Amino acid sequence: MDLIKRAITCLLVVCLLATPVLACGGETQSETKEIRIGVIGPTFYVQGQHHRYGAEMAAEEINKAGGISIGEDTYRIKLFFANSNELLSVTDAANAMERLISVNRVSFVMGGIRTEAVQAMQDIAMDNKVIFLGSGAAAVELCTRVTENYDRYKYWFRVAPVNSDHLGHVSFQMLGMVAAAVAQKTGNTPRVAIFAEQAVWTDPIVAAAQANIPLMDMEVAGTWRVSATATDVTSELTAIRNAGANVIFTALSGPVGRHYVQKWGELEIPAASVGINVEAQDAGLKALPTKGNYETTLNMYARVNLTEKTIPFYDTFVDRFGEPPTYNAGTYEAMYVLKEAIERAGTLDPDSVVEEIEKTDRISPAGRITFDDSHDIVWSPGYVTTVGIQWLDGEMHCVWPPADGSWEDVSYEGVVPYKLPPWM
Amino acid sequence: MIEAVIINGLVSAGVYALLATGFSLIFGAARIINLAHTAFYMLAAYLIFTLATTLGLNLWLSIVLGVAAVTFLGVLTYRFIIARVRIHDTTTLIVTIAITIIIQEVLLIAYGGHFRSVPAMVAGYTELLGVRVTYQSLLTLGVVLAVMLGIWLILMKTRLGTGIRSTAQDREVANLMGINVPRIEMITMGLAVALAALAGALVAPLFSLEPHMWTHPLVMVLAVVILGGLGSIKGSLMGAVILAFSETLVVFYAPAGAYLKGAMALTIMLLVILLRPQGLFGVSFEEER
Repeated sequence: MDLIKRAITCLLVVCLLATPVLACGGETQSETKEIRIGVIGPTFYVQGQHHRYGAEMAAEEINKAGGISIGEDTYRIKLFFANSNELLSVTDAANAMERLISVNRVSFVMGGIRTEAVQAMQDIAMDNKVIFLGSGAAAVELCTRVTENYDRYKYWFRVAPVNSDHLGHVSFQMLGMVAAAVAQKTGNTPRVAIFAEQAVWTDPIVAAAQANIPLMDMEVAGTWRVSATATDVTSELTAIRNAGANVIFTALSGPVGRHYVQKWGELEIPAASVGINVEAQDAGLKALPTKGNYETTLNMYARVNLTEKTIPFYDTFVDRFGEPPTYNAGTYEAMYVLKEAIERAGTLDPDSVVEEIEKTDRISPAGRITFDDSHDIVWSPGYVTTVGIQWLDGEMHCVWPPADGSWEDVSYEGVVPYKLPPWM
Repeated sequence: MIEAVIINGLVSAGVYALLATGFSLIFGAARIINLAHTAFYMLAAYLIFTLATTLGLNLWLSIVLGVAAVTFLGVLTYRFIIARVRIHDTTTLIVTIAITIIIQEVLLIAYGGHFRSVPAMVAGYTELLGVRVTYQSLLTLGVVLAVMLGIWLILMKTRLGTGIRSTAQDREVANLMGINVPRIEMITMGLAVALAALAGALVAPLFSLEPHMWTHPLVMVLAVVILGGLGSIKGSLMGAVILAFSETLVVFYAPAGAYLKGAMALTIMLLVILLRPQGLFGVSFEEER
């Protein structure tokens, strides 16, 4: 009898716990005309929040303006948000994508950040012929899949950021600018410490830096490879100072980037910092005691006229969410790319929509958006170029491309001169 | 370069030792492996952040309130959860991990995954032998030494210390001799959690706050106490010094492999354990008591 009582109790507990989950998941298709779009990202982190913010902003604007027109009908966008938890678990990301497609029955998905997780999510989306607009992962391989197996992977497009090869190219341009400032101020040949996290995406950048820095009339002071999750880099910075470096070239995407900026500023390491530091693209850097000042990193957005849409988008985003957009807010642009493609195709059929996305050519807040044969966003002067930002007085300022147009004749209104740290 | 290795090594050792001391204390006295130790450290850091930054209280007052609140919570946790399962070692491990995950998830929901910063008690840096060190790091190092001395004095020179040592030696005999063992264990838990909370106050300004900040310190604390000998305060200090210097040496002499510094330190711990399974001071601790 006790056994039966226990079994019933357990069953009741399981039912009670499962009820809210089932209640959330078992939605039925609404009768109103709507297009179901999934937004996937690590909800509790800035990356996932900006996925959400960008998508919400665009969806609200589009719905307010009447929605998406398909023939005579008008559809409203209905968003479904999924927490991929991909910074910690690839499995969670795959499950979240499965849920969006099988439970929420979305027709399109956008988001993703971590390459390994995006690859897993990409496969699930492709299996279901669901168009997946990436706005976070930069690895070239994600788009190489499209050219290698078009029929399977054609439903994938990368809207943001530009791929890691182009990110590397821009960071070298920024290194040249900073090194010139160092040489001018100190009268010495720039000695560059390469400071990169140990990750697949940084390997080609480190190799290229070691090969190219001497060709750029600079010296390599050494290479420091740190864990992406390291919490203290005091020893590394002391070693860099001891090595006589006056420039630090960074390739960091993990939390170590924030710890690095904190210690670099607190200890006033006499070496200008420049490169890729994803943590420095986040407004949270200003909460550091040093306010992140003088850290310089590549970024997708800045409050300059990349196009006529940039500043209005930037300001609206800041007004609404209290912080500047990171590249994950590329979901905003992804939504408009999708809207226009659906309207041109006149159908929700994924194959037809893919054909129309391939023809995309539109001005966005980040630049002019088109896609190449691998469904990757085109990086080039006149298209999306990305920018270099520097933290000054606790604010992000655009410092690259230089205001004088010395890079490919590109100059954006609102760019300010790069400043060396005063302790240099 | 050797000056830089010594100074950076000492600073890192101080951080590890501060965290490891409380962990060792509760294990030494009550044989409890409290895997929630660094979760309390994290909780204290968040609480101090909230009081000082969000509510705008004075930093020192925030620290006092934060440490006191977390210590109280730690004692409650012991009284109502851990004490009930402590005779089952494996269950205790799982329960303390569960407590940790609960704390982590609550913080994740309340604060999100954003990084937060606790202001330093003393801002700025100085140069020692040409090596730049923040005042906060020096303060941490000083407090660690004071705490170690204080813990030693409590254990060796007070009635409470005698009670703790007696309980650690033989719980049943201590009970028969009139020592209120559950009370002693609860007080020891309070002391241990207070040390974790103090570490949160001192160490948090050196790093940034995020809801998974308990993981790396826990791994290092486990390594430190196992290397030094479970339950030995002296061993914890030595373990902290060895692991910290191992890490620092890797950074200075193999910079391209700096990401391996943690793995290298743990490898050294593994080698020591293979040679001395009881840790460096595992036997000595019996004598200490």
